Amino acid sequence: MTERRRTGRSHVSYIDKSREYYAAHGYEQPYAWAANDDAPFAPLPKPLAECKVGLITTAYFLPDGFVYRIPSDLPRTPHVAPRPEWPQLNTKHLSWAKDETHTDDPESFLPFARMDEWVAEGRIGSVSDRFYCLPTQFSHRKTTRRDAPQVIEWLREDDIDVALLVPL
Amino acid sequence: MGLGARQIEEAGIPTVVVGSARDIIEECGVPRFLFVDFPLGNPCGRPHDVAEQRLITGLALDVLEGAFQPRTTVQAPVVWDEADDDGWRRRFMHVGDDNRQALATAGAERRRLQAAQHTGGTT
Repeated sequence: MTERRRTGRSHVSYIDKSREYYAAHGYEQPYAWAANDDAPFAPLPKPLAECKVGLITTAYFLPDGFVYRIPSDLPRTPHVAPRPEWPQLNTKHLSWAKDETHTDDPESFLPFARMDEWVAEGRIGSVSDRFYCLPTQFSHRKTTRRDAPQVIEWLREDDIDVALLVPL
Repeated sequence: MGLGARQIEEAGIPTVVVGSARDIIEECGVPRFLFVDFPLGNPCGRPHDVAEQRLITGLALDVLEGAFQPRTTVQAPVVWDEADDDGWRRRFMHVGDDNRQALATAGAERRRLQAAQHTGGTT
């Protein structure tokens, strides 16, 4: 890695960029992002080497034959699925940098094989055989009242000790 | 995803978010965050780059294990493109004189489709 000098911050402000981008589309009311001063904190219940890890993604499944026209068509609902189904996840209609990269390797956002290696090396206890889809919602309420409680229920059914959440 | 992490943590399950939208996650405020300064899409490492994926997932586990207070952010020591580090940042959701009209047209079309949807139309 090389040393650089900068006259401004390096990381992208997606809040600023998306506001300008959607304003250019004619949406004058900017999206109101969640903002909090504090955050909860739960200590690890046991050593990580004994913990069962659950993987959570913002990708989700679409019904067969689904035809996309506009974002509000997308059925953004939480899912739980057995691990072999993960290559069928929809990422096409999520907002990511399609000019720069691709999501053909699910390990780049849902790293089951990497987790298997950490299990084999004794870094973690195990990884869940199911994964959990927590879609990004426009509505905070849908996330907090419907989707997150549903995912928590699945995590408990599967005796998950710690969760790794990967938003695309 | 940030709101979900908060709620899962509140339910007693420790979480770590591995993501590339630093401002969105940090404004939301999550217990533990591994920031990967990559274009959106591959927060766990470049496609098929196993060594990098191991580095990043290993760091995520370190953060899970080592954080001792909420709102802990760690930045992964990775660079997307040494030669063009600012290019991808500029290109994402670019708005400029070269595309302003096209974006306005796309927005108008989207609103037309949405209105048709709400009135039960099919176009």
